[in-house]
Amino acid sequence: MNEYRATNPAADLLAPGAAAPDFDLPATPDGNNLRLSTLRGKPVVLVFYPADWSPVCTDQLSLYNELMPEWQRFNAELLGISVDSIWSHKAWAKEKKLRFPLLADFEPKGAVSRAYGAYDEASGMSERALFVVDHDGKISWSYLSPINVNPGADGILAALESLASPVAR
Amino acid sequence: MSPRQSYHAPRLTLPAGARDHIRGPIDARVTLLEYGDYECPFCGAAYPVVKQLEELMPTDLRFAFRHFPITTLHPHAELAAEAAEVAGSQRRFWQMHDWIYEHQDTLEPGDLRRAAGTLGLDLGQYDADVESHRFAPHIREDFISGVRSGVNGTPTFFINGVRHDGDYELETLVDAVRTALLAGAR
Repeated sequence: MNEYRATNPAADLLAPGAAAPDFDLPATPDGNNLRLSTLRGKPVVLVFYPADWSPVCTDQLSLYNELMPEWQRFNAELLGISVDSIWSHKAWAKEKKLRFPLLADFEPKGAVSRAYGAYDEASGMSERALFVVDHDGKISWSYLSPINVNPGADGILAALESLASPVAR
Repeated sequence: MSPRQSYHAPRLTLPAGARDHIRGPIDARVTLLEYGDYECPFCGAAYPVVKQLEELMPTDLRFAFRHFPITTLHPHAELAAEAAEVAGSQRRFWQMHDWIYEHQDTLEPGDLRRAAGTLGLDLGQYDADVESHRFAPHIREDFISGVRSGVNGTPTFFINGVRHDGDYELETLVDAVRTALLAGAR
């Protein structure tokens, strides 16, 4: 399995058409969790990323932060997910002024990332992977980026556009 | 890197045209377009390289600039972009653009306004345009056009509409522009 993954890391990334595995992850240090299924009815963008504080993740998530009006235009929720603790998320989000939730796939470590086929066993971190989940909780688009490459936002926007006509501005 | 598919560099979805700030010969065979952020240190490092490149290729190359401010990381970038656009509406875009990249450490509102005065802008109009964010929609249009063209950070260059994925050392850019010239000559 691991050997195969090394040559084709996208092999077990959940593909379009699959049901998005539900999860219930800590979203804030004071005990608030976020459950994916409560967002049913609107598109959800899941952004798995390796680590808070790392340079590529900072660039990538700052770009998504700059695009908040676009996500709102599609009535979409964007969620960041990594194995960092909720306290690291809190400090990083404050430092970088991130305005969307960061979820802690911390305990059991990486369980949600694994369920999406977006966990790198070797490094013990989430992969840099993107998913668009449709109104019914089905994956409509997924993308695995090389770990050191910021995938940008074009693929996400194209996927949201193809999902439905955007909410009137 | 995933071996799933062959790689194609992203293309510019909004071609360089009348809406853009472009300098250099109108009939140049190569257009170098940069998406840049005025407070980004990497863009600051690329600035003199682009100038050298323009000096090396005065007839074949023209240069266009679009805004790609990441405002949370660079809190001065948006106002600087607006200041450059105001200057552009008074036919001094490139003077302000150059001033900003030569003064990246001093981009407070008062600094930009003083620069506007030094460049001979109508300061009453400058104040009104900054106050009303007259050019914010244009800057946002630049930004979104970049996002849709595969820009994920700054600086990102496009050469004749194709994203340049190499570094921005002078030699690299000279090679890339020459390659585009050859491709165009075929």
